[in-house]
Parts: sequence; C-alpha cells; structure tokens
Amino acid sequence: MRLLILAILVTLVLALASLFIGVSDVSLAALLSTSAEDRPMQVLLISRVPRTLAIILSGSSMAVAGLVMQMIVRNRFVEPSTAGTTESASLGFLAATLFFPGWPLMGKMLIAAAFALAGTALFLRILRAVPLRDVMLVPLVGIMLGGIIGAVTSFIAYRFELLPSLLAWTMGDFSGILRGRYELLWIGLGCAVLAYIAADRFTVAGMGRDFTTNLGLNYQRVMVLGLVIVSLVSAVVLVTAGSIPFLGLIVPNLVSLLVGDNMRRTVPWVTVTGAGFVLACDIVGRIVRFPYEIPISVVVGVVGSAIFLYLLLRTRRHA
Amino acid sequence: MIVADGVTKSYGATCVVDGVTVTLPKGGITSIIGPNGAGKSTFLSMVSRLMSLDRGTVTVDGLDVTTTPSDVLARRLSILRQDNHMTARLTVRDLVSFGRYPYSKGRLTTGDKTHIDAAIGYLNLAELSERFLDELSGGQRQRAFVAMVLCQDTDYVLLDEPLNNLDLKHAVSMMQQLRRAARELGKTIVVVLHDINFASVYSDHIVCMADGRVAHEGPPDRIITSDVLTALYQTPVRVETIDGRRIGLYYE
Repeated sequence: MRLLILAILVTLVLALASLFIGVSDVSLAALLSTSAEDRPMQVLLISRVPRTLAIILSGSSMAVAGLVMQMIVRNRFVEPSTAGTTESASLGFLAATLFFPGWPLMGKMLIAAAFALAGTALFLRILRAVPLRDVMLVPLVGIMLGGIIGAVTSFIAYRFELLPSLLAWTMGDFSGILRGRYELLWIGLGCAVLAYIAADRFTVAGMGRDFTTNLGLNYQRVMVLGLVIVSLVSAVVLVTAGSIPFLGLIVPNLVSLLVGDNMRRTVPWVTVTGAGFVLACDIVGRIVRFPYEIPISVVVGVVGSAIFLYLLLRTRRHA
Repeated sequence: MIVADGVTKSYGATCVVDGVTVTLPKGGITSIIGPNGAGKSTFLSMVSRLMSLDRGTVTVDGLDVTTTPSDVLARRLSILRQDNHMTARLTVRDLVSFGRYPYSKGRLTTGDKTHIDAAIGYLNLAELSERFLDELSGGQRQRAFVAMVLCQDTDYVLLDEPLNNLDLKHAVSMMQQLRRAARELGKTIVVVLHDINFASVYSDHIVCMADGRVAHEGPPDRIITSDVLTALYQTPVRVETIDGRRIGLYYE
C-alpha cells in the first residue's frame, strides 16, 4: 500500500514536469507574472494540460487493456499490438475515413472499435482452432494476424492515397494533442474503471474455463466484456494519440512480478504505472532532441522491446 | 444424490461415455475407477456441467445440471479437474478465497474469511498461504486447489484424480482429509482414482467404468475382488485381506 502511494507520487511529479517542458516559455514565474489571457497561460491550458492528460489517460487505459487481455487469453505476452487488435482498429478507422468522412471522431472511433472487436475475436478463434503448446506461439500468431491485417490496410490506404494519414495515426505521438482533440480518451478511463469493477471476474477467467464455470460464472460473458474493454481502449487511443506498442505488455508484466495477478490488487498498480511509464517516455522523447521531438511510439518501442526481451529470457530460464 | 440417466458423449465417431445410468449416493466417498480411456473424467465433467451432454440427464438433489443457473449450482457442487494449469500468479490465500466467489461475488465477509482460514488449515497450508502458486511444488499446488473447492463449501465435491502429484504421505493425508470432510461436515465426495487400493480402503461406494459404460458398482467388498478387477483392467489382480482391508496385488 505504501509502495502504491509512492508510485502515485512519482507519477504526479512526472505529470507536473511534463506540463513545463516545451519550446514555449511556460514556467511558474511566467504564469504568475502574466494575466490569464496571455501566452503562457493559454499554452498551458490549450496545449500542455491536454497533452499531459492525454498521456495519463492513454497510458493507464492501454496498460489496463493489456492486463485484461492477458487475463482472458491466459497468456502473458499478448496485448492489443500482439493480437491483431490495434491493426484491426486501424483498418476500421481507415474504413470509416473512406466511407463516412463527414462523421464526427466519436463515430469513426466506434467503427474502429467494432473492427478491433472483430479482429480480436478472430484471433481467439484461431487460437481455439490451433492448440498451441508453446506460450510464445500465441503472440506470434497474433503478430502474424496483425501483419496481414496491417498489409491489407496499407494497400487500401495506398490505393486511396491515404498512406500519410495512416502513418500519422498509427505512429503514436502526443505532439498534436490540443484541447478538443483528446477528450475521447476519458472513455478509456471509463473502461479502466469498468475493468476494476469486474476485476474478480477477470481474475477468475484467468484461471481458465473450468474454474470459471465451477465458480458459477458465465465464461463466455466475461470474455465478451473483456473484449469490449480491450477493443474500445485500443480504438480510442488509436484515433487520438496513435498506437503505443508494448505498453500493455510490459506494464502488467512488471506489476505481476511485484504484486501477482489478483486483478483487484493489480488494476490500481497497472493504472498508475502505465501513466507514469508513458509520462517518463514522453518526457525523454521531448528532451533528447530538444527543441524537436521523438514520437512516443519510438521511445516506448525502444524501451519496451528491451524490457520485453528481458521478460522473454526470464521466462525461458524459468521454463 | 446424483442421478445420471442415459448420459452419452461422443467425440466425432468415438463414443466416450455411452448411456451411463448410475446413482451416486448422498454422503460418504464414492470412487470412480477403471482403465484409461474409460470415460471417467468425461463423465465427471458432464455431471459438473463443465461439458455438455449429447444425450441423457444429470440431476443433483433434483436440480438438472444443464438447466439450473450456474451460480446456483456453484453453491451445491464443486469440481476440480486434473492438470490444472494456471498462468495467473495468485497467492494460495487468494486462490482459496476465490472458492467463496459463488457467495461473496468478490466482497468477502467475515463469514467468508472464517471459511477461508478453515480450508487453509484443513489442508495444512497455513505456512504457505502468502506464497505464489508458481513458487510451490506440484503437490503443494494440488493441495491449494483442493482447499479452494473445499472452501466453496458445497454439499457435493467432485475431484478428478486428486492424488496426482502427491507423494505417499500427502496422498494418504489427502484421503484422510476427504474422509474427515465426508464424515464431519457431511459432504458427498466423488473422486476419480487410479490407485485401486486407495479406492478400496477409503471409499463407501465404488463405480467401475470401462469403455464408456458402468461395468460394476457397489460397496468396496463387492467390487474389490479378483474377478471384477481382473476383468475391469484386463490384467490379473489378486485380492488379499490384510488387517481387514482388501488389497489388490497386481505386481506379478
């Protein structure tokens, strides 16, 4: 408990730091010495606060989505980007852009979520048809499925000359976040809260179908709830910030090492650590080439794949 | 009382359980024995609604397992299958606590906590209660799973090869624990056993299955006989009475 409070404090400090990094001079002194209509305050309210909020919301909800996915698939190495979910959401968003260009972002997001749901369901279907003995094969199947869906998406985007926009929304980046362009992410937080409310169900589902049925729970229904949460979060984050790979994988795994897998206990941890991790990566991305920025997906990808490798090697040793 | 009537299950062309009609009496320990592939585990899975029935019905104290709401059944009957592969890192105490889920739905009351402590004590897991399952030996893990289903506090407890992974000491203590649960707590225990001598010594009732059918059933002194066992396992089994217990010998 004390550790969790410490983690929350660290995340808050990171959030504060994140508010004051950038090209435009937004310091405490500048804020106090000028009035609310002046530039520093405006930058803070229109750009900095939305950006920091977007990072916190997407970081925590993606991490929770990864956790939920690992529970329902019963595999440590799945998350939206290793199960075809992100790629399906991206295909859905492309379809929405092509067929319903006039729709508000919310509507396009829902179409992306529906595609994500279908893609993830397909992934689970494949897993059921091909019983896999090795835990590592499960994410490999997901990555292959994602590759296929991604290829289809790129081809369509290429034909309709939408490749640049496709690249823009698949590459996670918080630099374009402004007031009015991140609010959908609150849905992600809602999903995280929902995951916390249903935490015990997911933990039970993580024990397998037989245990779940024995305890009187409808396994199918828990799976569907989990899939909806994962798909919504993936779609919301994709259409606002872009995809952030590995996040849903490493954060829950690190938390699992520390406090285990009882979701009632881990959801708060994963929420806080997910936000803190993305905040830290974003700060790094903004400082390394100051005044330029490195997109968040690159930083998270580099740090994430290193941690992912460590986790993989660790599993091999244990097995 | 568990009543199975014409219970049938096929996988493709192979009929694994073939019209089993049997009554498992209330109270005591009922063992199901038989050679590999006799359909014991499949039968147990159908009785506990983990698997659907192709034909037939199963009732538990009059409740049809296919139509009774699952959470109602979860307070009457619990099942532990063999080979429980768990990827989730839970502590022994967490796992056992989930046995209370059918009652608490996640919000544990003080009454639930009493049950949890009792189940942990019953299987001598107190010292291991804060350890993670993946840090335990196979036998310790098996005991933790059994503690979980006992914590579920159902009238009927179904266990598929609960002695798997257990050494002699723990196998004996597990059977004693189960017998205590049957006698002191009035539970009905149904176990699939491979060791005919454990079945002989600890059961009140034995059901023999072969080729998806019930071959014989009755009290141990009628089942643990050379004729029945030799035919059942298609291997010569001699039965001797040692200290008043009927022991099968098949080590020739």
